[in-house]
Amino acid sequence: MFRLQGRLVDNLPKVYGLYTGGFIVFIALMALLDKMGVSAATIGILFVVFTICIYALIGWLSRTMEIGAYYVAGREVPAVYNGMATAADWMSGASFVALAGGIYFGGYGYMAFIVGWTGGYVLVNALLAPYLRKFGCYTVPDFIGTRYGGNLARFIAVVILVVASFTYVTAQIDASGTIAARALNISYETGVWFGLAAILMCSMLGGMRAVTWTQVAQYIVLIIAYLVPIIWMSNRQGFGIIPHFSYGDAIHRIQELEPVVKLGLKATESFPGRSILTTPFNATGAPLESWKFFTLALCMMAGTASLPHILMRYFTTPSVRSARKSVAWSLFFIFLLYFSAPCLATLTKLQLLDPNLPTAIIGKPFAEVANLAWIKNWASVGMVAISDSNKDGILQINEFFMRPDVVVLATPEIAGLPYVISGLVAAGGLAAAMSTADGLILAIANALSHDLYYKMIDPKADVKLRLIVARVLLVVIGVLAAFIASLHITGILGAVAWAFCFACSGLFFPLALGVWWKRANREGAIAGMIFGFGSGSLYLYLVETGTMAPWLAIDGLRFGIIGMPVSLVAMVLVSLMTPAPSTDIQKMVDDTRIPTGGTILDSAH
Amino acid sequence: MAPNNTEAERIEGHWSKTRTLTFIVLAVWVVFAFILPWNTKALNAYTFMGFPLGFYFIAQGSLIAFVVMIFVQNWFQDKIDDEYGFHEE
Repeated sequence: MFRLQGRLVDNLPKVYGLYTGGFIVFIALMALLDKMGVSAATIGILFVVFTICIYALIGWLSRTMEIGAYYVAGREVPAVYNGMATAADWMSGASFVALAGGIYFGGYGYMAFIVGWTGGYVLVNALLAPYLRKFGCYTVPDFIGTRYGGNLARFIAVVILVVASFTYVTAQIDASGTIAARALNISYETGVWFGLAAILMCSMLGGMRAVTWTQVAQYIVLIIAYLVPIIWMSNRQGFGIIPHFSYGDAIHRIQELEPVVKLGLKATESFPGRSILTTPFNATGAPLESWKFFTLALCMMAGTASLPHILMRYFTTPSVRSARKSVAWSLFFIFLLYFSAPCLATLTKLQLLDPNLPTAIIGKPFAEVANLAWIKNWASVGMVAISDSNKDGILQINEFFMRPDVVVLATPEIAGLPYVISGLVAAGGLAAAMSTADGLILAIANALSHDLYYKMIDPKADVKLRLIVARVLLVVIGVLAAFIASLHITGILGAVAWAFCFACSGLFFPLALGVWWKRANREGAIAGMIFGFGSGSLYLYLVETGTMAPWLAIDGLRFGIIGMPVSLVAMVLVSLMTPAPSTDIQKMVDDTRIPTGGTILDSAH
Repeated sequence: MAPNNTEAERIEGHWSKTRTLTFIVLAVWVVFAFILPWNTKALNAYTFMGFPLGFYFIAQGSLIAFVVMIFVQNWFQDKIDDEYGFHEE
């Protein structure tokens, strides 16, 4: 290994440049092995093991015993790198594996996720990130606790953070388990624990510092893994060099084909976890269609601006200005993947439907389709199923069943790309799931160790003890999450949308008004958190158990629409009915709004 | 920054401009986040770069607008900070 002159932060372009180059060389090497006849399974294993070893190495090199480095990476992460780290933190296993498939199946309604998960950053930048950075907190409850004062407000914020993040992290460990299991050919349960071990290796020794530098590395892997297959496939199938700007005709063509293939036919058989395509790709003008889009997008946006594992990434930059800049870069890096997902969904759909393309399967003789290598492969692992329900010897639209994940995972095979690309996609999916899980577990463990243990239980604890507690909690949370994930309770996407709704119901207004409304006080914030989070959760419970029919199509994916207004009204009313915050607190809010000067909380708080 | 401004006026002026900028950004955000996607079906009657226009916005146009909006807001915010002498080292 080469030696660095000076500190890591002074050598970032060199280090990550070498890393990216090394990864590309590794891909080329795998392609060579592929050509030499090494088995697909071996290449998959090499991809997964190689990338995990790199992350673990970064985690080891970033180990620290300093409190500032552990909680906020020493506040020295430059904007562009923090942008990449946030993008990896943000884009979960679900974004990577299930997003394009969701668009494939859900069309217009599902694209609310795309708009919501990008538009939320406008809120983060305009309302929160620069101000929270100026505040100088270590965790999100740290802001609530200091701005509003008192242990109760801090405690409630910790509870909401834990519920939201924990819901989310089980989904991520589930995803890393699924991918590891498939790539390494081990059982799902073993895969989950293997995934957890890999995740903890990246975060345990170095806390936020280690997570930051592994997330940058994981972003590079995941974006290469997402874009390479799309661009390659597009070139091979004649959709243009960079298909993103030229796939418009494909949408018109799909809309033309939908009636031809009789889209909308119901399935007469069923296969667990797999479904047929029934939803038109583009908006249809159906009743409540726009309302459903609006409500889902709004929940995802407000959730983005309330999820602690994202907000805490902006605590790591050197200044307020660089915090803002890094929000901009975060969204740019996220955008690269999110504007590719609809493109991938469109091209995949066209390839399967359009009889003029050699890859088409709908309307082809059944026996011919059943013989395709990719159909056989994915059917054998329960991801795809075909059945000639009406016995006409032709594969109809309601006879082809698949899981949404297949759109990303099987694209290389559908388009006939070499297996090395599938290995790359597995490594990318794992990077996406691991990086998000790392950020979430760290957010939970930090809130418990800093806010609950240090601030409330043992304020006299020394740095060494605090760091030991933080690490023990990290492992405990991880093990708990992996245990729950191994029970396979919710699907990946349901759990993700819940996390956003929990977060925005309870935290959005207490956070935003903490900066933007000086009159907001402790009683108001406590009421806002309790009533918002409580009403949202109650509504979710009633709807999910079937006790109550959803109002106006507000289902379990968008219960933040109930929680947020309740939170706002409760917070404003209770604030106005109780005395204004002290002049000290009002002065603190004024200081928060000024970009210069020291942080509100000192670095050893 | 005018040299004879008091500290309080400086802070007030900075915050008032920051607030205006934020509200403008949020207004533009509402257009791209909600108003255009709400009208996807109607906008699809038009074609843009080969895409149905409504689809284009939710798949790409609004996303690009969000990225640009944040960079532009930050550029203006930096100017406001500099104008009132809140430039960080």
